[in-house]
Amino acid sequence: MLQKVVRSTIIDAPIERVWAVLRDFNSHDQWHDVVEASRIEGDERSDQVGCIRSFTLRDGDRIREQLLTLSDAKHVSTYCIVEATVPLQRYVATVTLKPVTDGNRTFWHWESTFATPPGRERELRDMVAQDVYEAGFANLRRHLQRGADLRASSSGGAATMTTMPTALPMPTRRIAVHRYGDASELHAEDAQASAPEAGEVRIRQRAIGVNYLDVYLRRGWIPHLLPLPGVPGMEAAGSVIDVGSQVTSLMPGDRVAYLGPAPGAYCSVRTVPAAWVVRLPPTIEDDVAAATLLKGITADYLLRDLAHVGPGTRLLVHAAAGGVGQLVCAWARRLGAIVLGTVSNEEKARLARARGCEHVIVTRDYRFADAVQRACGGADVVIDGLGDAARDENLAALARRGHWISLGQASGPLAPLPPDALLAKSLTFSRPVVFDYVTTQVSLAERAQRVWTALADGTLPAPLIERHALAAAAQAHARLESRATTGALVLIA
Amino acid sequence: MVNVYVSTVLNASADTVWSRIRDFNAMPQWHPGIADSRIENDQAADRVGCIRHFHTRDGGMIREQLLALSDFEYSFTYEILESPMGVTNYISTLQLTPVTDGNRCFAEWSAEFECAPGREAELTQHIGQGVFQAGFDALKRAYG
Repeated sequence: MLQKVVRSTIIDAPIERVWAVLRDFNSHDQWHDVVEASRIEGDERSDQVGCIRSFTLRDGDRIREQLLTLSDAKHVSTYCIVEATVPLQRYVATVTLKPVTDGNRTFWHWESTFATPPGRERELRDMVAQDVYEAGFANLRRHLQRGADLRASSSGGAATMTTMPTALPMPTRRIAVHRYGDASELHAEDAQASAPEAGEVRIRQRAIGVNYLDVYLRRGWIPHLLPLPGVPGMEAAGSVIDVGSQVTSLMPGDRVAYLGPAPGAYCSVRTVPAAWVVRLPPTIEDDVAAATLLKGITADYLLRDLAHVGPGTRLLVHAAAGGVGQLVCAWARRLGAIVLGTVSNEEKARLARARGCEHVIVTRDYRFADAVQRACGGADVVIDGLGDAARDENLAALARRGHWISLGQASGPLAPLPPDALLAKSLTFSRPVVFDYVTTQVSLAERAQRVWTALADGTLPAPLIERHALAAAAQAHARLESRATTGALVLIA
Repeated sequence: MVNVYVSTVLNASADTVWSRIRDFNAMPQWHPGIADSRIENDQAADRVGCIRHFHTRDGGMIREQLLALSDFEYSFTYEILESPMGVTNYISTLQLTPVTDGNRCFAEWSAEFECAPGREAELTQHIGQGVFQAGFDALKRAYG
């Protein structure tokens, strides 16, 4: 008769962190006291289904076990004994982890069935239940409390450390561009997320921000930034799977968001420099972070560093109901600016007004200079994502010593601007990019914190988020380019 | 298809918690969001196929049909027949699993459903937090 043993516990750590240890079929000699030494036979990887671990126990017994099932989606590992000096026959065991969503802990269920020689049922059941499973729970708990799972990948001392679970590539689903063109050039494909090297972290992404920059990349307007084949996307939010050496500020399981100067965010798992990454406060959900990080930090450097917006500043914001536009309007208004905005239809006009834009100009043909001059006598600052079609109107809408900040080029790349075009009114022209304002982790964290604070105290409105599945990135791009969206687009991985 | 998943740990054995929640007609006795409940057509509350007809505290009327009940696995599954939430093909399962280490159990409540585009987040929040987590919170209070 088959014996059955079931043991379960709760581990006070996020499931990603517990799974990073348990998914490695060869990790048990690092955390389980009963295991003396273990190796994977035949130079196979420890997450290769079918691989065999050969190990010795402290008491001298030898066991060979084969990995039968490994599911990162369900956090399940099943294995069997193929040969052993202990009389466990037809032994098949399953480790299952489940998230305790209420508290970010982990439920760990460990069960097995096996046969024994007659008369030894109880003895062997107790051995498996107590010496292996219950002791294993306590040992793994201690291993995590010591942070041994985090140190292991950075110690680099022992040769066995090179086979840490987390040192292996992981599958990722990504959206790639193989030919520049319209939204239909975005295609889903399978790829690998490399193990984090020194200074890197690997992130399980849950929400990915969609920005107009991604559209430019896809169209081939900035080919040096997105060589083919390439994966667009500059920002995402999720949780840390594992970290490379020299990463001290982040731990597996941390909820994070990132913003980086190299595209590649349209995927489910990504490895990025830790310097791009900020931890998320509990109040900021993944989709809010992905919808707000790049756009909010853009608003922060525009208003603080570049435009020096304060009481009475006359600020003209194009696409005032867009992702950046809404944030700029709301924040500038709180700083005391006189906010003017352009939008393409009445619905967007209502939204822009609700966000603090006092003078809304509805225009679909990029004509607004007269209205701006009438409303306020000219703008001190123009924040412009329209591009070439609006260039003459922008010059005409500016006041003396005005500052034209060209942020984007939705209508087409900006033609070269002769310096004398600025001379008539002593104008200034800027062409900034957000990544130059977050060049250190400290500056990124400071700016991100100002954005989270502004969201928390109501200075910035909770973003309106339009969600699309990662696989439907093409649909999200088409929506963005149709000018039909209000607020921020987010891909859910 | 939208999926909602909420889980918690309750400080009582699976048997104890199960005896409180297995009755398909007992929601008002443990869930703070439910005002009243009855089983239609005088059927037994543990007869698979029976329909519970209840009102939430905010006045909404909901009819749900029991699709599966397992005393062995400590779980039941039901579907919504009628509700004001605007969900279709809504199927939900509540399951307890003993935690052998201590007098505790692991409770999971999940649902999958379809809804109008754009309402996913709102319904996920309402069902996950307003219904499932609120029920778990009440059970956590009951079992200290």
